[in-house]
Amino acid sequence: MPVQRIRPFFQAINEAIAQCMADDPYVYIIGLGVPDPKGIFGTTLGLVEKFGPKRVMDMPTSENAMTGIAIGSAIVGMRPIMTHQRIDFALLALDQIVNQAANWHYMFGGQMHAPLVIRMIIGRGWGQGPQHSQSLQNWFAHIPGLKVVMPTTPYDAKGLLITSIEDNNPVIFLEHRWLYHIKGHVPEEIYRVPLGQASVIRQGKDVTIVSTSHMTLEALRASQLLEKEGVRTEIIDVRTLKPLDQATILESVRKTGRLVVADTGWRFCGYSAEIIACVTENLFDELKSPPIRIGLPDCPSPTSPALSRYYYPGANEIINAALKSVGRKTNKETMYIKPTKPHDIPDADFTGPF
Amino acid sequence: MDKKTLIRLFFQMLRIRIIEEKIAEHYTNQEMRCPVHLCIGQEAIPVGVCAHLTNEDYVMSNHRSHGHYLAKGGGLKCMMAEIYGKANGCSSGKGGSMHLTDPSVGFLGATPIVASSIPIAVGTAFAGQLKGEDRVSVAFFGDGATEEGVFHECLNFAALKKLPIIFICENNLYSVYSPLQVRQPEGRRISTLAKGHKIETHLGDGNDVINVYRLTKKAVERARSEKGPSLLEFMTYRFREHCGPAFDNDLGYRSKSEALGWEHRCPIKKMRKFLGDKGIITDGDIVQMEKEIEDEIDSALTYAQKGPFPTEDILMDHVYAS
Repeated sequence: MPVQRIRPFFQAINEAIAQCMADDPYVYIIGLGVPDPKGIFGTTLGLVEKFGPKRVMDMPTSENAMTGIAIGSAIVGMRPIMTHQRIDFALLALDQIVNQAANWHYMFGGQMHAPLVIRMIIGRGWGQGPQHSQSLQNWFAHIPGLKVVMPTTPYDAKGLLITSIEDNNPVIFLEHRWLYHIKGHVPEEIYRVPLGQASVIRQGKDVTIVSTSHMTLEALRASQLLEKEGVRTEIIDVRTLKPLDQATILESVRKTGRLVVADTGWRFCGYSAEIIACVTENLFDELKSPPIRIGLPDCPSPTSPALSRYYYPGANEIINAALKSVGRKTNKETMYIKPTKPHDIPDADFTGPF
Repeated sequence: MDKKTLIRLFFQMLRIRIIEEKIAEHYTNQEMRCPVHLCIGQEAIPVGVCAHLTNEDYVMSNHRSHGHYLAKGGGLKCMMAEIYGKANGCSSGKGGSMHLTDPSVGFLGATPIVASSIPIAVGTAFAGQLKGEDRVSVAFFGDGATEEGVFHECLNFAALKKLPIIFICENNLYSVYSPLQVRQPEGRRISTLAKGHKIETHLGDGNDVINVYRLTKKAVERARSEKGPSLLEFMTYRFREHCGPAFDNDLGYRSKSEALGWEHRCPIKKMRKFLGDKGIITDGDIVQMEKEIEDEIDSALTYAQKGPFPTEDILMDHVYAS
């Protein structure tokens, strides 16, 4: 096995941007705080020094206009990367994203295209509350013309971001805050992970777990305990919600006959429903038990840790669901995995404020 | 201004007027199956503005886009075919009247969400600046658009970066049926909004093509010499209903006397009188022009009516660019 180059997720993002900017003079990055000392969780640190203020830009607090301006620049040859520190702020730009960027290629009969990456940060914990921690990937995945990407591993973060920047379509690139310090192998050179390909990150024959972003880590934790219980899980990290790699999911469920979907967003009308619909439409007769979805309850994201502990599902809920799907007796209250840290922080080193 | 330019301005206004009237005439045949927002009465603004632009310059427009498209040089045949929903239309039948485009002449596109195309125009000017190109961008919009937040965001950014963009506000006093006085504070002109951003701004008579031409000339020169953006507010009036081919003064949302007053200030009548009085054109010249334009429209109508409809196999084409 070649030597692993272990890097954190935030640095993988940073490398992808830097290498694309070095590769293509028309790539620029813009967003509130992009050149600031914190550098968007470290993802934009050092870029302004390398590429100068004409390509690494702060911007007015005008999300809607600035998104339109990025689109306008894209249709005449630029390749903007727009960065929002929270997905919630990007909602101010929905007109430009949905009405304009998504439609641009189609509504003018394919004559122009809008190559644009919009990075939006999602996440959970530390009292981010109702307007700083929503997970709205299904909104964007609903819109024809958009692509929606949610990496989990540092390797995929870099490879998928490079592919997204080089793609000729508007791409919504969703980064979960709790992944920024996850470490993994990240090759130094430029490389591409194709959009529209899910990743089978663990093979097993009993239950298929389809997961998005941070929930993939929870699925991995769950799978270790499930293994001890004699339940072998196959975990599929969706990676690109749109276009969706249906084939990989169907192939897995054809083998296991059981499906658990774990998404970072709300259950109701959520992305998990799309995965389950896709499987039941295609493999209804091959299912051995009803598919189960794991996601957020149908209420806003509460701030107090006393409430958020009941809000965010994790490995225990996945274990419960997987056991239920194989016909084992389950108990919702059982803590299969004992917590090693408070539930509202990504790791023991985290001390806030965001 | 030389005679040739004056005649050209007149001819272009007349051409847009006759095309729009022809669309209105044929609209009731139920073959143009999309909303149309005719610019009859407002022709002087696109013509006077676009006279200063080349094919390298960019224009973005709104729902009432036919005049902008034609004045910028957009092809008539493919515009008509687009309104007829045909595969030989400028957007392959996927856009219709509200989504005209002709990138070959720099008319990038029209989109009907109010004010929504303004930032895209600003973005094209921004790209030009980033790439060091010598281009000017123009955003056409109405008075209603100036009530949208994104308009103000755009003024701020254009001023911040001294972008080569010209904001053209066609103030026709109504947002559909809602008059200006229920939407904007009395005594505050739209043009003064730009002053707060230190953007060069002028208020002009949008029914006087020479006035439009002169004010735009300065704004384009400013933009080309990297002195930054301008906003021009032109007062004008749409003669027909907001959307569709008919007159609608009987609805009572605007008075007959108001409409009559604007009819007397028709930009084409005004220019015709001016050119006639100066002896620059004769009635015979105008008859000749009308004939030329009508022949062109007849041929465009045939192209549109006989053009093929898009087929089912292209429904899913162009959702994504390759």
